Amino acid sequence: MEIKKGIGVSPGVAISTALMIDTEDLVIPRRQVPETELKAELDRFREAAASSTQDLKALRETVASQHGNDIAAIFDFHMGLLRDPTLVSQVTQEINKNHFAAEYAVSVAMRRLASSFQQMSDRFFSERVKDIHDIEKRLLQKLIGKRHEDLARLDRDVIIIAHDLLPSQTVLLDKRRVKGFATDVGGRTSHTAIVARAMGIPAVVGLGNITSEVSGGDTVIIDGNRGVVIIDPDEQQLVENREFGQRLIRMETELGKLRDLPAQTLDGCRVSVQANIEFPGEIDDALGRGAEAIGLYRTEFLYLASEHEPSEEDHYRAYADALRRLGGRPLVIRTLDLGADKYTQAKQANPERNPFLGDRSIRMCLHDIPMFKRQLRAIMRASVLGDVRVMFPMISTMLELRQATMILRDVMEELEDEGIECRRDISIGAMIEVPSAAILADQFAREVSFFSIGTNDLIQYTLAVDRTNERVAGLFSPAHPAVLKLIRDTIQAADRAGIKCSVCGEMAGEPLYTLLLLGMGLRIFSMNGPDIPEVKKVIRSTTLEHAQQVAQQVMSYESERQVTHYLKEETRKLLPDAF
Amino acid sequence: MIVNPQGLHARPAMVFAETANQFKAAIKVARPTMADDSTEVDGKSLIQMISLEATAGATLRIRAEGDDADAAVAELARLVESGFGED
Repeated sequence: MEIKKGIGVSPGVAISTALMIDTEDLVIPRRQVPETELKAELDRFREAAASSTQDLKALRETVASQHGNDIAAIFDFHMGLLRDPTLVSQVTQEINKNHFAAEYAVSVAMRRLASSFQQMSDRFFSERVKDIHDIEKRLLQKLIGKRHEDLARLDRDVIIIAHDLLPSQTVLLDKRRVKGFATDVGGRTSHTAIVARAMGIPAVVGLGNITSEVSGGDTVIIDGNRGVVIIDPDEQQLVENREFGQRLIRMETELGKLRDLPAQTLDGCRVSVQANIEFPGEIDDALGRGAEAIGLYRTEFLYLASEHEPSEEDHYRAYADALRRLGGRPLVIRTLDLGADKYTQAKQANPERNPFLGDRSIRMCLHDIPMFKRQLRAIMRASVLGDVRVMFPMISTMLELRQATMILRDVMEELEDEGIECRRDISIGAMIEVPSAAILADQFAREVSFFSIGTNDLIQYTLAVDRTNERVAGLFSPAHPAVLKLIRDTIQAADRAGIKCSVCGEMAGEPLYTLLLLGMGLRIFSMNGPDIPEVKKVIRSTTLEHAQQVAQQVMSYESERQVTHYLKEETRKLLPDAF
Repeated sequence: MIVNPQGLHARPAMVFAETANQFKAAIKVARPTMADDSTEVDGKSLIQMISLEATAGATLRIRAEGDDADAAVAELARLVESGFGED
């Protein structure tokens, strides 16, 4: 039994078996075999080692002829490891004594070896861990490469354990079977966290080295509320956690009753609560939780779900599907917001040195107009099917906004020339998530019909903090007075110009900030579906007057800590069992 | 004594284990300067040789048991002293 503390990023409790995923999707099942098959497993291991050695020999020759013997010698070392008596006897023992299947035996023995290397004090030796991983991967590919467990079709419930989850991996997951996530790295706003909340399953991230402490098949408890993962729990912990899980479900049912009640303060101020989604399939669930519209449709998943760039038809089908599910309710489509992630960086010949400040999002679209137009054409074609609005992400200069709008107008004209219907009066909005845009919000407000504040990026760019870097993630906070000032100024600029303004970042879904945002003048909150009931509950239990007082008080504070402390107290007064 | 500047790293450890494997005798290697100097490792295992963390200047004690024990110790000692043919 082992208890690990991380960051709880999606609430709930899950108890299930661990499924390990590495960056190459190799899944290593903890499989035991009957006595009679031990010999066959030993043979499988020997064959895998022999065939790996063959590959290495070939590789060595190629490399030696191109780069010389010195570089090729690394492969001699790998071959030496493969026939090393210590390693061979350890794997053999795991098979013979513990009856493990070859791949699991390899993974156990290699992991042990890697950790003993890691502990060596001399850097020169500890660096050799990389070679161990290399060899492990090579062997595992031989042993299970051809029977990758298909992540899209799991035959049992699992909790996914990974170093980090890539968008391309989460999109493939069999959503019915995945009960939770636990990862080594990440923070509240990492991809894993966002997906987990969208799926309504618990997740704990930033666990450090959970991948080396859990083996596939272990029983694991994930407590997303307290940010705890228990590996191999004892009976008492199982009972306690089942009860805690049930209590959470009862609370959720309680909140579910709020679904059909309006998001309105006690003194009659009406607020719109909306949902953020990544794929149209989430809409039904979001409406079920009381969403009045989709305030943010992230379209990146269209690009991440398949190997090739989506066609205009792929886009159109997804948008038409979303509108059909929405039955006339508004759909705010954000144009492609990729870049600065592993997906795009890996595909580039020259990865950018500082991708978050690089060619991402709207900049990338303006550099690849044919791709951008494919998406815009699909949006415009879908505009006649329902209430579609389009929103450009990461606007940092007026020129970008005007260029993007001009391209959209081009697309409208092209469609009209082709005799295809579209709504020329479509609402166009800008995301305010770069400090330059927030500072000049008054100017931008004259050019668009709505703002949506993307707090995640606004915080990261204002505070210069990479939210996925666990060493500085603690500095990432929506409560920093500088961030709050930008948000308030943006809301007020929208008010002055008479345009709408929403917040669609994580902050909108955190009940801690509901009073504050309401008091600052925000009337549209767009968040992940599961967060809606609680935010609504806060809105329904306060008055606008009180919220305004809270906002005024908060703006007088100098530190993030004062702000969160005060907001916690004020929110607890309304809802004693919050947090 | 280990003379090559980077110590008994990947390549020398491999050369050592390979050479050791050419002999029938069981070969045990220890590094007497280690905290527990009675720990002996299998000289035929590359992994165990690396685990000695023998950096430059470390002294190794090589012990062999079996038919060709003397030849084995002589050859392995020569190999170590020569810096494994490295600079």
